[in-house]
Amino acid sequence: MELKILNIGVLTWLTFLPVLGMIIVLLIPKEQKSAVRWTSLFFTVAQVVLAFMVFTKFDRSLAGVHDASTMQFSELFNWINVKSTGWFGSIKIDYYLGIDGISMPMVFLTAIISCIAVISSWGIEKSIKGYFALLLLLDTGMMGVFVSLDFFLFYIFWEIMLLPMYFLIGVWGGPRREYAAIKFFLYTLLGSVLLLLAMLALYFSVSVIDPASGEKIHTFNMLAMMNPANYDANSLLAGISTSWRYIAYIAMFIGFAIKVPIFPFHTWLPDAHVEAPTAISVILAGVLLKMGTYGLLRIAFPMFPDAAVHFAYPLAFLGFINIIYGALCAMAQKDFKKLIAYSSVSHMGIVILGIAAMNTQGMLGGMLQMFNHGTITAMLFLIVGVIYDRAHTRGLDDFGGLMNKMPNYSGVMSIAFFAAIGLPGLSGFISEAFSFLGAFQSFRWLTIASAFGIVLTAGYMLWTLQRVFLGTLPEKWNNLTDINSRELAMLIPLTIIVIILGIYPNLMLDVMNTSANSLVDFVKMNSTVSFGN
Amino acid sequence: MLDTILNNLSHIVPELIVTATLCVVLLAHLISRKSSQLLTILSIAGLFAALYSLTSNFGINISAFSGMLSIDPFATFFKIVIVLSTIVIVLMSRFSDEVNAEQKTIGEYYFLILSMCVAMMFMVGSSNLILMYLTLELSSLTSYIASGFTRKAKDSSEASLKYLLYGAFSSGVMLYGISIIYGLTGTLDIAGVNQVLVQGSANNLALIIASIFILVGFGYKISAVPFHFWTPDVYEGAPLTITAYLSVASKAAGFAMMMRAFKVMFIDSSVMNLPAGTWTLINGIHIQNALMIFSVLTMTLGNLVAIWQKNLKRLLAYSSIAQAGYMLLGLVVLSNDGFSAVMIYFVVYLFMNLGAFYVVLLIANKIGSENIDDYKGLGRRNPFLTVALAVFLVSLTGLPPTAGFIGKWMIFISLINAKMVGIAVIGVLNSVISLYYYIRIIRNMFLRDGVDQTTPVIEYPLAQKILLLSLLVPTLYFGLFFNELVQFAQISVSIFGSK
Repeated sequence: MELKILNIGVLTWLTFLPVLGMIIVLLIPKEQKSAVRWTSLFFTVAQVVLAFMVFTKFDRSLAGVHDASTMQFSELFNWINVKSTGWFGSIKIDYYLGIDGISMPMVFLTAIISCIAVISSWGIEKSIKGYFALLLLLDTGMMGVFVSLDFFLFYIFWEIMLLPMYFLIGVWGGPRREYAAIKFFLYTLLGSVLLLLAMLALYFSVSVIDPASGEKIHTFNMLAMMNPANYDANSLLAGISTSWRYIAYIAMFIGFAIKVPIFPFHTWLPDAHVEAPTAISVILAGVLLKMGTYGLLRIAFPMFPDAAVHFAYPLAFLGFINIIYGALCAMAQKDFKKLIAYSSVSHMGIVILGIAAMNTQGMLGGMLQMFNHGTITAMLFLIVGVIYDRAHTRGLDDFGGLMNKMPNYSGVMSIAFFAAIGLPGLSGFISEAFSFLGAFQSFRWLTIASAFGIVLTAGYMLWTLQRVFLGTLPEKWNNLTDINSRELAMLIPLTIIVIILGIYPNLMLDVMNTSANSLVDFVKMNSTVSFGN
Repeated sequence: MLDTILNNLSHIVPELIVTATLCVVLLAHLISRKSSQLLTILSIAGLFAALYSLTSNFGINISAFSGMLSIDPFATFFKIVIVLSTIVIVLMSRFSDEVNAEQKTIGEYYFLILSMCVAMMFMVGSSNLILMYLTLELSSLTSYIASGFTRKAKDSSEASLKYLLYGAFSSGVMLYGISIIYGLTGTLDIAGVNQVLVQGSANNLALIIASIFILVGFGYKISAVPFHFWTPDVYEGAPLTITAYLSVASKAAGFAMMMRAFKVMFIDSSVMNLPAGTWTLINGIHIQNALMIFSVLTMTLGNLVAIWQKNLKRLLAYSSIAQAGYMLLGLVVLSNDGFSAVMIYFVVYLFMNLGAFYVVLLIANKIGSENIDDYKGLGRRNPFLTVALAVFLVSLTGLPPTAGFIGKWMIFISLINAKMVGIAVIGVLNSVISLYYYIRIIRNMFLRDGVDQTTPVIEYPLAQKILLLSLLVPTLYFGLFFNELVQFAQISVSIFGSK
């Protein structure tokens, strides 16, 4: 599958459109605030349109994962080519983009969430140019992570996101923004340097024949790193279930786990979420967290199948802790936003549990949950943002009876809440059911225990609903206004997605199915193969 | 004899050009005491001429002046780094209020910078222990005076004196080490020393002591822990331009000299069955462990102490100590790619570190302070300048897509290639620590508001912006396109007299 616009591949467009927007935003004079907003909106809407085009043209029957020939919309150019010297092989790094069923939903999600984040940032007044420029740069980083198939390129995009995120939280955030921003930065950087070392270890363990010169060279190509035949005998990561392979897997895992975040690496998340402006919380929960699980699926599992299978149970156990611990923490919160943040920890646990099961149902469930969590949690954060903009407080106990005062708002809210609880008919149900179904086959008791998390979720969600929306309206909120059309414009698309995927999940499952199967088979097949022999 | 010397002169044309320039500068200042602009122009012209003539040294790999001096790609590479940084420093000095305030002695200032440049250019090529010592002393002596150049400032004189005392002590120790080596081997030529050492007849204990003593001299020059005590005070007290110069050029020269001595003297070239591009040390020389300890100490201490600094110059001093720690890792791996990684790092470091110092200088010109707390709210007053500083700091941290990432990346590549994973982990954890103090400056500039909200936008003349851009663009460019840089460093890794 190929799609080109002006002779440039569509994935390049998707990735670098926001940068283009950023440059234009930076050129607009400071006074023209609405021009800045509309430009940003234009570029993110264009990104959504492109993502939709890609989504419709995407060939559902091709698997991708480890197979270069079934990667779609792929673009491959040589980027860095250091000629070899007598004592050091050449360094070849490719600009290699491509998507398959694992990344397609994420690409779509990134485009939508970025666009909604721009709409939700309409009210930003402080250094507006800087804000939107950073937001667009962040968008490029996120999109780049999901489309790159070269590890070096992936890493660059992975790191590019850090700085914009730091500023977006640190400059436009709440009262404790500095603390939250630096905590986020240090945690993620710690994770990514471990990822860097694992990447270098892989680099030196894998070599392929360079088609141009015919010599054997090391490569950053992710697909080559998945193939056991490409590993050099006696290299650091050769063999099967060796301690070096386990160490590399764990280093990588920590890198991704911090992003997800998996217990005990989650402590940055509540701080970041609470302090970040609404739009950034939406991006953080909607897309950034998915990078962690995406990294596991795209990199850690297929490159270290032996370790992935070996550590499947501990991984599932961490998922279980996430689910229960996140839910319990959420239950104890008095701050609306912090509650949603912890519910995020809990819901990402379901993804972990699902993918740790290493079977088709679990994998599909986990992948769908990544997408669904992205849309549902984005909605929840937007909902918090709407009320915060009006009342300037997020205390759950400060409210009550909003249902009568803000009927439209409450309508959207209930859809999001019930989707988060996992009510049948809404998208969350399907993915949670699939995840538990898959996990049940692999880890029976753990899954039963985890399923208890659903009850807790229903508990805190309904309790919140009761505290905020039911009961009597306190006097001071008598002049609250209902949701306005701009706010509806960002919530309605997500609501539609949540409902449609609840009724007809095949729309998304269809995209992922072939790849999920292929990933499961690939990991199973290679988990007993010795690398490099 | 005279013929050979005259013939060999053609190989040191760049050095001769710089020497001629410094004479002309001194004379020009004597003749016309008013025009400091003329001095800048003369110095720049001379330095560019030297840079141009360095290009004719590409590919030459010979020994000149009866083995005293090596003209090889390795030396040429470092000479380019040194001359480039001298050019930047001369231009920076032109824009520095601190330097221009000393109108009376400005000629001496340029004279000192150029003589440091010459000394360092000889340092990187010297392949005889005595010449090494002499050039090291020459560059140190000029640095002592230069760091005390702003005579009215009290801490400048203090810096100069401290520098002198530490320098005298370390070079004394080094000289003692050299004398032991001479006693053991009967030669001062480093290749000759190597030949004797390979035979293994030298007394082991004496050899260890001698090599550690020599290391003290080098360690002082590159301010490796525990020989770093002079660095923060000198960096804080010296004029900003001299600090910047010491942190880049002087460090580069020290490293180059150390790498040459290390590789030519202590490598056992008779061992054959090693993978291409890796070497082994002569039996009984434990310098690798010593270097490993130094490097870990250097980066960890540099980073940890930098966290507490309030003065930006002092912070950059500790940061440059930490950076030297990363570079030392490239020596520890005992391979060509480790060496080339150090060389790449220096090119990158040249741009990012000088860039950071330059912005600090421009800001100090306007707000008269190098205190980190005074940087609050600067982001609004001059976005371009502060964003540039942010880029340099991010690059010093080693985050993509900046050149600093590539520098660190190449170091870690060489470590992982040599399967030295443990020390690589220490290295990357250190760069996480370093983020904390670099980001503090960025935080003050952008996240905090200044005391005085109404302070106007700071404006800078075009010339100053051009210099800033010419440091900023490579810092970003090499982060994404490092093809040529890596290739150039790999070609330049060959040292005369070693395989």
